[in-house]
Amino acid sequence: MSSNISEPLDAELALREALFRYVLRLGDDSLILGQRLGEWCGRAPMLEVDLALANLGLDLIGQAIHLLAYAGEIEGAGRDGDRLAFHRDVLDYSNCLLVEQPGGDFARTIARQFFFSHWQLLLFQGLCGSTDETLAGIAKKAVKEVAYHVRFASEWIVRLGDGTEESRRRILSGIDWCWRFVDELFETDAVTRQLVATGVAVDPSGLREAYDTAIGLVLDEATLPRAAPRRGVVGGRQGRHSEHLGHLLAEMQFLPRAYPDAVW
Amino acid sequence: MSPRPASRDWPLWEVFVRSRGGLAHKHVGSVHAADAKMAVEAARDVYTRRMEGISFWVVPSAAITASDPADSGPLFEPAEDKVYRHPTFYKIPDVIKHI
Repeated sequence: MSSNISEPLDAELALREALFRYVLRLGDDSLILGQRLGEWCGRAPMLEVDLALANLGLDLIGQAIHLLAYAGEIEGAGRDGDRLAFHRDVLDYSNCLLVEQPGGDFARTIARQFFFSHWQLLLFQGLCGSTDETLAGIAKKAVKEVAYHVRFASEWIVRLGDGTEESRRRILSGIDWCWRFVDELFETDAVTRQLVATGVAVDPSGLREAYDTAIGLVLDEATLPRAAPRRGVVGGRQGRHSEHLGHLLAEMQFLPRAYPDAVW
Repeated sequence: MSPRPASRDWPLWEVFVRSRGGLAHKHVGSVHAADAKMAVEAARDVYTRRMEGISFWVVPSAAITASDPADSGPLFEPAEDKVYRHPTFYKIPDVIKHI
């Protein structure tokens, strides 16, 4: 076989592989944060907040259903969304580290949501124009949900920051915990570079300025200091996770692992 | 209505939802929230999860003046023997469908 024929094929395969990994990342982000928010169910400080957090979690799990199903389709190895969600181990998960962080108190949950949703909104707004129609379709549906997540988290940042001494102390500590995981959201690697070149993906590094402006405005209103640059922790996209993800998966995957053929 | 004692809880807000254009906002329940903006979000999350509405109002519960149940005699009983106020004594022509 001459190399002239196999080369385009290789390029196509590489692009497919990159698309699989990209969609899987997005799906993992939504799934893990959705699961984290579900942990608040029945435990939030008030009924109203309980429902709000559950609503957010369900939005995210809805996104994960679409994204993981699509990832399975791209991969073409017979794995569907459930298979990807419930039969993968920690090292194969490629979510960002921010979403797997434990909820901590309500303030830390809000800080985590605030940093994530502002990023996800910019990303999905960009993906609405993706050359990949399925991805664009998923982004268009999700962008309205995420706009509400941004609003919800931002309103709470303002109230906790500009609230009582106690709420301020807590949100400062929540921000302090989450901030080091923000850089990872804007990481560029071989996967994103390939897909940016074909107009499928959004260049994450290009979102940073708008992101800093958006979160800065909210932090100002909350009378909170803008977080100082700090060396970010990365590795989630390559499967290098904190210990917390293993515990989360153990709970989330228990049923399908213990009873592999269980159905609703 | 006596003023509410200072409470550690957030104030209560009454929620009114308009289910379709042209219909009136209808009382659906209440939420606790620290301020009006948060009450709007709480109302959205608690009462419009299943597409119940296209618009809602939130009103501080304390702003509502209610009738006193003890006054129900003078307020409502005089209407009891005035059934002629119902438009049921008129013959409606068959061609009129929507009344």
